[in-house]
Amino acid sequence: MEEDIVRRVKSDPNYQKLVKTRSRYGWMLTWAVMVVYYGFTLLNSFDKPFMASKIGSGVMSWGVPLGLFVILFTVVVTGIYVRRANNEFDALTDAIQRNAAAGKDKVRA
Amino acid sequence: MKNILRTASALTLLAAAGTVLAAPDLGQATKQATNWTAITMFAAFVIFTLFITKWAAGRTRSASDFYTAGGGITGFQNGLAIAGDFMSAASFLGISAAVFANGFDGLIYAIGFLVGWPVITFLMAERLRNLGRFTFADVAAYRFHQKPVRLFAASGTLVVVLFYLIAQMVGAGQLIKLLFGLDYGIAVVVVGVLMMVYVLFGGMTATTWVQIIKAVMLLGGASFMAFSVLAMYNFSPEALFAKAVEVHGKHDAIMGPGGFIKDPISGISFGMALMFGTAGLPHILMRFFTVPSAKEARKSVLWATTWIGYFYILTFIIGFGAIVLVGTNPAFKDGAGKLLGGNNMAAVHLASAVGGDVFLGFISAVAFATILAVVAGLTLSGASAVSHDLYATVIKKGQPAPGSELRVSKITTIILGIIAVFLGYVFETVNVAFMVSLAFAIAASANFPVLFMSVLWSKCTTRGATVGGFLGLITAVGLTVLSKSVWVDVFHNKTEIFPYTSPALFSMIVGFVGVWLFSVTDKSPRAAIDKAGFEAQEVRSETGIGAAAASSH
Repeated sequence: MEEDIVRRVKSDPNYQKLVKTRSRYGWMLTWAVMVVYYGFTLLNSFDKPFMASKIGSGVMSWGVPLGLFVILFTVVVTGIYVRRANNEFDALTDAIQRNAAAGKDKVRA
Repeated sequence: MKNILRTASALTLLAAAGTVLAAPDLGQATKQATNWTAITMFAAFVIFTLFITKWAAGRTRSASDFYTAGGGITGFQNGLAIAGDFMSAASFLGISAAVFANGFDGLIYAIGFLVGWPVITFLMAERLRNLGRFTFADVAAYRFHQKPVRLFAASGTLVVVLFYLIAQMVGAGQLIKLLFGLDYGIAVVVVGVLMMVYVLFGGMTATTWVQIIKAVMLLGGASFMAFSVLAMYNFSPEALFAKAVEVHGKHDAIMGPGGFIKDPISGISFGMALMFGTAGLPHILMRFFTVPSAKEARKSVLWATTWIGYFYILTFIIGFGAIVLVGTNPAFKDGAGKLLGGNNMAAVHLASAVGGDVFLGFISAVAFATILAVVAGLTLSGASAVSHDLYATVIKKGQPAPGSELRVSKITTIILGIIAVFLGYVFETVNVAFMVSLAFAIAASANFPVLFMSVLWSKCTTRGATVGGFLGLITAVGLTVLSKSVWVDVFHNKTEIFPYTSPALFSMIVGFVGVWLFSVTDKSPRAAIDKAGFEAQEVRSETGIGAAAASSH
């Protein structure tokens, strides 16, 4: 990639916004997944009696819905990220690409 | 050539170790009566997929077609293919067997395989797609001196692929002995030959479509089983669990965590291997290059996560269904009260209980097809590492003669096929689950830190990536050798030196610290070039500018 395109993209405010917002959002959700998963793992190793304790009068234990919650959370949080990326982040990326291409034409002309 | 010889001698050593590895999990399966329904259905699957291979062969002309199906797979299709890679026979039969035996513990095991996906989506998928063309080494070595980093990446790929291949081949042999009543040897050769045909002639296009078809069949079959089980209990999970607690030998203990997580360190370490190993599996990373854009890459992970999550919930229900319908039925047990063919057959027996002989045949055929599809993907990924990373980039310095790269990958496919069959023979008694977890631990400790640091850390250098990667690789393998599974069970020492079940927590730290330490102390002229290259790499990885040219045909 030519040096001037890199310069131009890096100085585009859209680019700075994209990188900052997306990376903060990505890391925030990554930590959320880590907290949920390792929280579940730690409960399973430190508080086995709680995970096995009954919710109501039946046989259903706390562990089963919590486990299913981890699965659903994993899928939903991925969906939430992809939704925002497909709209907001892709719009920013398109703008950056357009600016970069326009600048290139200007240099050529 | 020297490398090949060295690999061969290393493999011989490994094989010698493998033959004495005890405690198999798919078990020394006893041969069953020949099951013609299952064989007929499997034959139908094979004939159908061979037609697809023929169609794919017409579209596989260039190296790009071979490695990435020309970048023409949609996000939805790729999501199914990725899910297919994960819904292996080991997870379908293994997780349902774990639930059948221990209840809740099986759910803990399954969840570990799922939680890596969001992390891949948030931090890796788009950047991988924007930077790479054919292999994950394209990304890891993007701004570095190609030779050392490619050598590392190819080693990391081949080691992970070989351990994973052994697990799949052994699983295939044991399964077929059980399901179809064929000899172990015949089974391994059948898998090897079919896999070679798919990959050789159809490349990534055939490999992907075989995987998609199998994923749809497996999701359909598993949905039917879970639905039938729930229908018997008026769709009340409480009623199903109550019955399971009543009839299971462990009674109430199946509703809470048992012995699966031995201690917190092992639990966290194993969790890290599964979570981050997913982001370092070469045959999974390769799939991000088959889609045309970062947007499609993102969509494919969402679809994959959805299907895999859904599948693991089904597997949990199937395991409980097996407790109440298979565990209580003497027809599925031998004289000693053990399940015919071992616990791994729980899901297969359940298929017979809810759907009769024809459905049993269908599930058996799907289980075999699963292994075939996963093995094809693994082989393709290993062949790409040899032809694209070692041959085209390292040996030919990025200027291979026209057509020669494709030829090398086809030759490698044949060699890998022969090696896979050979390893399948010698490792007949190896513990399949152990091999899979080892592959994940190595991927998490070697491939993942290098990929992660090279993409996200501006001060990473060639030396840091190469040395750190190899340190992670060696630590993961070394600690495994010192752990109970090898040190005590194979070498017959009295006590293990490394007390935890998975090395990942420690070997990942070694990998990351290694990359960091050997980068910050690197004052070579090359290090300056590496760091200066980060800006351009970052712009391309974040925006895809410059990447479009690589994937448009």
